[in-house]
Amino acid sequence: MAVKDYLRREQLPHIWCAGCGHGIIMGALVRALERSDIDPAKVVAVSGIGCSSRATTYLNVDTLHTTHGRALAFATGVKLARPDLTVIVITGDGDAAAIGGNHLIHSARRNIDITVVCFNNSTYGMTSGQYSPMTPLGHLATTAPYGNLDRPFDLCRLVEAAGATYVARGTAYHATQLEHLIAEGLANPGFSFIEAISQCPTYYGRRNRLGEAVAMLKWQKDNTISVQQAAGKTPAELEGKLVTGRLHQGRGPEYTASYRELVERLQKRGETV
Amino acid sequence: MADKRRLMQGNEACVEGALAAGVRFFAGYPITPSTEIAEVMAERLPPTGGVFIQMEDEIASMGAVIGASLCGLKSMTATSGPGFSLKQENLGYASLAEIPCVMVNVQRVGPSTGRPTSVAQGDVMQARWGTHGDHPVVALCPSSVRETFDLTVEAFNISESLRVPVILLLDEVLGHMREPVELPDPVTLELKDRPRPLAPPGEREYLPYAAGDDLVPPMASYGEGYAFHVTGLFHNSAGFPTNDSAESERLLRRLMQKVEVRHHSISWAETQDTEDAGVVVVAYGSTARSAARAVKAAREAGIKAGLFRPLTIWPFPAHLLVRAEKARSFVVAEMNLGQLVYEVERHVCHRARVGRVNRAGGELLTPGEILEAIKEAAAWQ
Repeated sequence: MAVKDYLRREQLPHIWCAGCGHGIIMGALVRALERSDIDPAKVVAVSGIGCSSRATTYLNVDTLHTTHGRALAFATGVKLARPDLTVIVITGDGDAAAIGGNHLIHSARRNIDITVVCFNNSTYGMTSGQYSPMTPLGHLATTAPYGNLDRPFDLCRLVEAAGATYVARGTAYHATQLEHLIAEGLANPGFSFIEAISQCPTYYGRRNRLGEAVAMLKWQKDNTISVQQAAGKTPAELEGKLVTGRLHQGRGPEYTASYRELVERLQKRGETV
Repeated sequence: MADKRRLMQGNEACVEGALAAGVRFFAGYPITPSTEIAEVMAERLPPTGGVFIQMEDEIASMGAVIGASLCGLKSMTATSGPGFSLKQENLGYASLAEIPCVMVNVQRVGPSTGRPTSVAQGDVMQARWGTHGDHPVVALCPSSVRETFDLTVEAFNISESLRVPVILLLDEVLGHMREPVELPDPVTLELKDRPRPLAPPGEREYLPYAAGDDLVPPMASYGEGYAFHVTGLFHNSAGFPTNDSAESERLLRRLMQKVEVRHHSISWAETQDTEDAGVVVVAYGSTARSAARAVKAAREAGIKAGLFRPLTIWPFPAHLLVRAEKARSFVVAEMNLGQLVYEVERHVCHRARVGRVNRAGGELLTPGEILEAIKEAAAWQ
């Protein structure tokens, strides 16, 4: 398979604004699929609502654009019905961390074999720039004209605590690393979560005077530190830095495998009765 | 010959009906008075290789049902008042995206948490209009344990063949009441499946929302290689979002029409003594049991009374009201403060006076209360 086989080229160009990071992240996802040699006919991509979630329109696999926040709930039904399929969830920071937060922690808790790519642009872009659970303190949004008072989530720590067995953070700037991280998530037989930091120059960047897309990408470069570089540094030294790379890899029973074992056990018992 | 009857609850009969209809996926969340449906499903589905999951909330269970249905599995959920409210958004999704699924609502007293263990029929209008926007809906309403089995099978048949979510409206009394029933041999049941694309993937372009004369588009399953898109946005026949007003209007009209053109084959009612009746009681669900007794008592008292009992609440079987063409008075008996009465009035107000008898505090209407209402209505004539 070539990268182009994973895209519905007739649906392009995409709807994202000039300078948006989402196209880069979708590109990393598609290359990760190609690198993993996954048959597109055996992939289901599920998304919620928001800018990120429009990505399912462009992927040449079975795609499901669901209701706001509920992509993981729909995806759980898909994965339980067809455990043999590769199920990917594409979501945003508002979709995953606010309205969909409950499904996020419970999917992680079940360790169901779904790979989540969370396009985090720190804002609700589709509705033109309200604050999300990932907007930093003090930053401006249309609904935070005096600065955001809500403390943001650390989604990676949240899903790790909830039971995810693969957790990573990447950025649109570090596109090659992101591709690698998504491929690792796809290979993990359990719940995988990749936070992909994106830039929204149109709403978030402009309102917070963060500059154009290039300046925002440079911010990603300057304000991140790899897991390897961060090792051994004190919390004070890491202040204000986002750690990127593979943050957690764990083990645990995968939900659909446990369910299959239950069915086999019951059926074996049924035969002997 | 051995007695094949079994003593079972309405909620259990609902599970038996679903299993007989071929359900392969159940997702739910505990809520009184529907919980037994989830409990029996949790026991019965895994040994057959079917899937049971208790999700983190009501919204998630409806989402999971839609996801599983898209993989080709007959799928259902069950809930009650508060959960029915929570599921409404995804119910609308299933209407627009044409995902077959069955949702059981064992009605209890509302609004809000209300009286969880007490009976009501307050969700009749919510079943019709609970999700936002115009949308097609089918809602069935049995009155006995055996009929709960039968209508659960029919709920799947309608849902699959029309690609429309079907609501099974039970109530607390029906869900928890036990009756001796003899269930039919599943092999004798006529079961229907969703229409499927004729061409294998890749042979020619698959348009997931292109419908023929029957208005129901063939439905592929995920994982078969069709690589199709499903969205809750208005979409074109290829399944992709559209902002074209004409295309949007065409889609919504087709969704409504696919149910409307089949009105006579899916909208059922049973009648008792209506042919010569001057007073006809309209009652459904467990209320219809009291109403049947009341009508009998009225006849014994010399009043020509009859019973019109819709099995399909939506679309309402108005075409069968001709069986009560002599009626000059109708009495709508329901465990709410008046919901289906508006639908009845709409259809008979030109020829009859419509009265009502209601209870909303969590107890059944008694035959005596309905009989009093019949006597009052008879005096109008």
